[in-house]
Amino acid sequence: MDLKDLYRDVILDHNRHPRNFGRIEPADSRADGHNPLCGDRLSVFVLLDGERVADIRFEGRGCAISTASASLMTEAVKGKDRTAIRELFDKVHALLTRSESQADGALGKLAALSGVREFPARVKCASLCWHTLNAALERGATTVSTE
Amino acid sequence: MAANVSLAAPPPFDAERVRRDFPILDTMVNGRPLVYLDSAASSQRPLAVLRAVEDYETHSHANVHRGVHALSQAATAAYEGARERVRRFINARSAREIIFVRGTTEAINLIAQAWGRPRLRAGDEILISALEHHANIVPWQMVCEQTGCTLQVAPINRRGELQLEEFLGLLSPRTRLVALAHVSNALGTVLPVKPLIEAAHAHGAVVLIDGAQAVPHARLDVRALGADFYAFSGHKLYGPTGIGVLYGREELLAAMPPWQGGGDMILTVSFAKTTYNELPWKFEAGTPNMSGAVGLAAAMDYLEGLGVEAIAAHEQRLLQLATAELARLPDIEIIGTAAHKASVLSFTMKGVHPHDLGTILDAEGVAVRTGHHCAMPVMTFFGLPATARASFGCYNTEGDVASLVQALGKAREVLA
Repeated sequence: MDLKDLYRDVILDHNRHPRNFGRIEPADSRADGHNPLCGDRLSVFVLLDGERVADIRFEGRGCAISTASASLMTEAVKGKDRTAIRELFDKVHALLTRSESQADGALGKLAALSGVREFPARVKCASLCWHTLNAALERGATTVSTE
Repeated sequence: MAANVSLAAPPPFDAERVRRDFPILDTMVNGRPLVYLDSAASSQRPLAVLRAVEDYETHSHANVHRGVHALSQAATAAYEGARERVRRFINARSAREIIFVRGTTEAINLIAQAWGRPRLRAGDEILISALEHHANIVPWQMVCEQTGCTLQVAPINRRGELQLEEFLGLLSPRTRLVALAHVSNALGTVLPVKPLIEAAHAHGAVVLIDGAQAVPHARLDVRALGADFYAFSGHKLYGPTGIGVLYGREELLAAMPPWQGGGDMILTVSFAKTTYNELPWKFEAGTPNMSGAVGLAAAMDYLEGLGVEAIAAHEQRLLQLATAELARLPDIEIIGTAAHKASVLSFTMKGVHPHDLGTILDAEGVAVRTGHHCAMPVMTFFGLPATARASFGCYNTEGDVASLVQALGKAREVLA
């Protein structure tokens, strides 16, 4: 277990300078995520162009893993349609939870999250934003919880 | 207290020797020696406790209060002997006032449902403080829903101290029950419970004290304190999990209906009428946690062997040292600066989320609690999602404080 695996430079950069941070108002869809274990909260705002996410922002307060993961996610999904986003979510989920999974080339910068799986207590930090985005795309405005 | 005749200073508290009684402290974590600073969440168990539990399980186990055979009698003697041990430890008048429960949470729920629910009604008030653990909030909210009574909350100040005037101002003839932490688990604040109990009694209210964080750090004398109910857990007192104590004044317990029904809590059962057992068994339906009770009694023997006051003095030295060390770090903010604290130190590091701090400290072998500490209203009051919390027990040393400070430096290096 090496801290540098968890806190890679990409993660630290996106924690210090989160991309797409803020609100979209009015948004086509919005969801709030909550991790009751650590108190992290974040909101995801989406503008849709048909099936495609035309713009996305997030705001909230969380740990470095949670903030960086959300920042990386917004960069990765912007411009993609729902199907592509769902495929990406599945790949990220496998990356965070399966020890044998190799970083898929399609993941791009998201591969920086692969160190998280060595820290099981932190997997929920990285996945909260994805569950929240999923809720925004599937059900419209809602609140999701990691518990 | 003994007469003041000894000229020799008491021997200094030897935490290094105490450490040797706790085998788990030899654990290596991430290639480093464990520095355990999470005793407020759960303390570790000394060999004396581990051996007492093993001895009970190896030589004395059968069901209690049921059989005439030798082992059942041995188990009953061990279990009831543990009850008497608890009575002496807290100086209760009678062993009938000692109810074994799973822990503090169950004790509070028992009072909420068996004392509160049958008595409270719309217009009545329950008074708690803004410092409470969820276990001393939610059971009362449930009773309020069930009975229509109202929950009042006495505020705290920025140091994390109860605001006494506001507390006193909230007491009224409507106040039926006051439920207070003796020591705040999130901040370490020690509440002046004795005068608070007296003030509540002056208004005719019954008082429950949540002593989960207090009993490990100070001599408890329930009679001197005057509490009507007092609850604590074994696993924060160097004993096993799944065992705790509800102390209640006998006349109050006797007037309460049972909480749970089942075996052991009855005298006779027929389909027409069941008569309930006497105290304390009326509140102990089903087979109890005998090995837990035995382990808790052994923990009390162990603590009295070390000296509860000596442990408290040692922990206060560590708390003061750690407070001074952390206060020198410009990026650390100590949360909870009450004048009177038990050995809990809650803090945040500028630019570093407590969750990241916890992970980095863990990589250095340092175990602290991070999160809201089951006290979300306290976190909300300070405008924080979470804090890191170091807590000290009898086995912690000045070296542990140094390890904490060093690990904080590592966190700064990685993240800030």
